Amino acid sequence: MTLGELWGQTGEWLKGTGPDTDIIMSSRIRLARNLAKYPFPHWASAGQLEGIISDFEGAYKKTDYFKGALFLRIDELDSIEKQMLIERHLISREHIANPEHKAVLISEREIISIMVNEEDHLRIQVLQPGFNLHDTWKLADKIDEELEQNLEFAVSSDLGYLTCCPTNAGTGLRASCMAHLPALVMTKQAGRIIQAISKLGMTARGLFGEGTEAYGNFFQISNQVTLGHSEEEIVDSLERIMKQIIEQENTARNSVFANQRLLLEDRISRSLAELKSAKLISSEEALNLLSIIRLGVDLGIMKGPDRNMLNDLFIQIQPAHLQKKEGKRLSAEERDAVRAEFISKKFNIQPIL
Amino acid sequence: MICQVCGKNEATVEFTEIIDDEVKQLHLCDGCAKEKGIEMEQHFSISDLLAGISGLDDKPSGEEPPLKCGKCGMTYTDFQKIGRLGCGECYDAFKKNLLPLLKRIHGSTRHIGKSPKEIDETDGKKKISEAQELRQQLQRAIDMEEFEEAARLRDRIRALEKKAKDKP
Repeated sequence: MTLGELWGQTGEWLKGTGPDTDIIMSSRIRLARNLAKYPFPHWASAGQLEGIISDFEGAYKKTDYFKGALFLRIDELDSIEKQMLIERHLISREHIANPEHKAVLISEREIISIMVNEEDHLRIQVLQPGFNLHDTWKLADKIDEELEQNLEFAVSSDLGYLTCCPTNAGTGLRASCMAHLPALVMTKQAGRIIQAISKLGMTARGLFGEGTEAYGNFFQISNQVTLGHSEEEIVDSLERIMKQIIEQENTARNSVFANQRLLLEDRISRSLAELKSAKLISSEEALNLLSIIRLGVDLGIMKGPDRNMLNDLFIQIQPAHLQKKEGKRLSAEERDAVRAEFISKKFNIQPIL
Repeated sequence: MICQVCGKNEATVEFTEIIDDEVKQLHLCDGCAKEKGIEMEQHFSISDLLAGISGLDDKPSGEEPPLKCGKCGMTYTDFQKIGRLGCGECYDAFKKNLLPLLKRIHGSTRHIGKSPKEIDETDGKKKISEAQELRQQLQRAIDMEEFEEAARLRDRIRALEKKAKDKP
């Protein structure tokens, strides 16, 4: 795969397939791993960081998972490309802050990505569409096992996998689901649920991870604790919590549909009208409107557009993706204009309602 | 409303900032909010929080030299400042202070779950003396507030030490 092919495709996790994909957009597993012979990235010399990159390159090429994968050095990308990788959920914001001696490996359909020299030497991510935590964990586990045959990871028999920050020690595992909860937000129940989640050792964040707002009614829900519970236990408890959230969202959707039908249709029609005719639109505003359209499609109030196109739009309207399409840097206002035009075109050709 | 930072663009984000117990509400545009977001991360990084709670466990140590990792050279004071460890060996070097911290973060100090295959076979990376192993178990029992188990372990360590002393 080339960089151009990457930008041209839709990541697997946006395909809108998989179980309960109307509410759970994607499931993600992240494993933090470090090589025993080097200091952690922030404490390592330039030479050691390069050693980590080349050890990892040697190891991943011996596995079966990365045929046709793309291995990128972050310092060789321009600023728009770096931002695009973040928008595609392939790397973190922290990974581009100091791009020297950092890299990322991306599998062909963007299901697997491995950041090299982020906070830990390796951050293995597996990202799948729909509510699919167990399969996602199984794949991450296999990749970990294959890499481990050629890399010696920092571990202790008491504390498990040793990580740069003690908050990740033990399993090094972060499991998360991206949930679309418009009806819970509409019925003002989302806050209560997020509070309850945090009491159970889980946390909720926005669409783009740590420190971001829940734009477009998307919530990323993940485990906090990594030590003292097995990987299966962690995945199981997140799965159980997500099942309850799905049930609550469905109940709220049914209630809104049954009791406030006209109000709901009004919001959907207005959202559609804005998306079709706005001349300036920010990404937050667009996400919030698209979220309502998505709900309309899920509830069968609207016939189209399909979920695949809507999911892809969530990424295509992000600032760097827009700038790549235009082939130049744009100011915030220029982006809002380009975004409005792009969205309006998409919606005006779709047969809707 | 117009962004309160640049005074040019439309404010799209409501931002609450808390500095020294003072709550400030700001209305920001897209761009300024992003910049603020980055600032905010630096203000309230997980490192600061960790450094904060790790300090709670810092008892005045008298003349004891600060703990230092023999492999990467990081001191416990470094860790308290940056909230990140220097290498895997630091966990061992700072064990005394890290175990209570891990307990506070995770509610546990014992990994349950997968380990690399080799570790399972050789049971840990290095052989340690029986007394050392017992002391580690003792620390763990104390951390877990299992005091009966702790007392039992303490007696076994004393017996071992007595045996070592009695040897010519």
